[in-house]
Amino acid sequence: MILAILETAKQAISEASWETITAACDLAQKTNDSVTALLIGREVRALAPTLSGVSTVLVAEDPQLDSYIPEAFAKIVSEVIKQKSPQIVLAPGTETGNDLMARVAARLGLGLATNCTEFHLTRSGEGQGEVRVTRSNWGGSLLEEVEILSKPILLTLQPHAIPAHAAAGPEPAIEALSPTLTAKEFRVRVKELLRSEKKGISLTEAKIVIGGGRGLGSAEAFKMLEELASLLGNAAVGATRVATNNNWRPHSDQIGQTGAQIAPDLYIACGISGAIQHMVGCKNSKKILAINKDAEAPIFQRADYGVIGDLHQIVPALIAELKRVKGA
Amino acid sequence: MKVLVCVKRVPDTGGGFKLTPDGMRVDTTNVGFAVSPHEECAVEEAIRIIEKHGGSSTVLTLGPPAAGEQLREAIAKGITGAILVEAEDYESWDPAATAQAIAETVKPLGFDLLLFGNESADTCNYQVGVRVAHLLELPCVTGIKALEIQNGKAIAKRETKDGWEVYEVTLPAVFTVKEGINTPRHPSLRGIMSAKKVPIEQKRVTKPAPQLVRKALKKPQEGRQLEILGQGPEAVPKIVEKLRELGAI
Repeated sequence: MILAILETAKQAISEASWETITAACDLAQKTNDSVTALLIGREVRALAPTLSGVSTVLVAEDPQLDSYIPEAFAKIVSEVIKQKSPQIVLAPGTETGNDLMARVAARLGLGLATNCTEFHLTRSGEGQGEVRVTRSNWGGSLLEEVEILSKPILLTLQPHAIPAHAAAGPEPAIEALSPTLTAKEFRVRVKELLRSEKKGISLTEAKIVIGGGRGLGSAEAFKMLEELASLLGNAAVGATRVATNNNWRPHSDQIGQTGAQIAPDLYIACGISGAIQHMVGCKNSKKILAINKDAEAPIFQRADYGVIGDLHQIVPALIAELKRVKGA
Repeated sequence: MKVLVCVKRVPDTGGGFKLTPDGMRVDTTNVGFAVSPHEECAVEEAIRIIEKHGGSSTVLTLGPPAAGEQLREAIAKGITGAILVEAEDYESWDPAATAQAIAETVKPLGFDLLLFGNESADTCNYQVGVRVAHLLELPCVTGIKALEIQNGKAIAKRETKDGWEVYEVTLPAVFTVKEGINTPRHPSLRGIMSAKKVPIEQKRVTKPAPQLVRKALKKPQEGRQLEILGQGPEAVPKIVEKLRELGAI
């Protein structure tokens, strides 16, 4: 049995969970196995019949599970693993999924390979087959091939690594679980939710993003990137870690391994050398245009278009030209 | 208040990676080292909490003797003590083994607050803090971007797409920190000088059997062809033409 742990958000199966189902079904096909899915929450049963391709859906409902409650969810998953003895357990490699599976792995004393992108199974079952996975290192700048020695195999799936596709099949069987939870499992839980006001277009939604790095040199210099952004319509301004660590921009504007991962149609990188931690945050951009005075900067090895020169001259000239063109 | 902060020595990679000829490691010849960004913020948070509430702060790493460099950097910024759990082959320690060694080392020391980075920059396992919390039977909140201590409780905030989740946890507790919680300070010259005199406590533990074994590292495919549009402001007409071609204007 391959056990797929699913996440729900706003009464729906999350995108990363559909990817998890797809990956679990692929694995099941290769190993001649079946997929059981696990849904946990307050009212999640209604989602179960939509999971075609899955043979059984386990539903763990409890009125107290109105949001992700780490230790309660971990207890439920651990008990399902103990009772059902799956060969492989796969969860989305989201923040919640990694948090949950780390807790499950700790409880069961098992290894866990997070953010996997590929699976190589020599055979299924309890035989001596070797299980290797490819997983993301350095935020995806490198890939690591890992052999997993502990069983069952616990994995999380790197979001977007495997596109979700609908699997055909009969409606799954549904099995209700009755989790027993104690106060101990609720010592870590959300006490309050604070909504934050959204201002402007977000980095992850913008079609065009303009990024500024060390070459900007000051908070002041970002004003010209703002002006350029407004001339390009729905563009957002982002920054590198150097810029946010220097307080030129707030951390929420950071693009990179420890900031936002963006995927715009066009990313205009200004005064950015191209440190790998930054590039993993913008590598999904359709096109990258780099402006840098150092022709040897690594950014030019990872860009589609390059302009060599001082951004403090080029950007103002570009702004003037765009104004002229737009005025015309 | 006794605060522990755990860090990992990682290569300071800059613009690219070179792998060792056997494809097993990042080649660190001519490369400096740092701690992962999230942990740099965890160190800063530990210093701020002690500045505000008093007490002591300890930085811990599992790594080779050379990782003393990262411990001293934290001391130079304001951390008061350091523990090096010696593991020359630390790169082959999986998260469960690392967590076990840390838990064993810190259990008798009675920390009120244990801070980790959310995930290390290199292996990105997302587990060590959670596993240590489990071994010490302490509550744990991961990925926090705000932390406040009030009357033996910690109020931590986690950022979501729509805002913030607020957690309130009784101490002792474990938190894994994300960059953005603060802006880390630079060490002062005086701090750097006096950090040299602070003793580093060395610990040895038996390496637990691994559950995950690295077999290879590889670089993902990158497929971009660079077209140089020009040099200096003279390139502007070409840029505008390209922006038009891309539908940006």
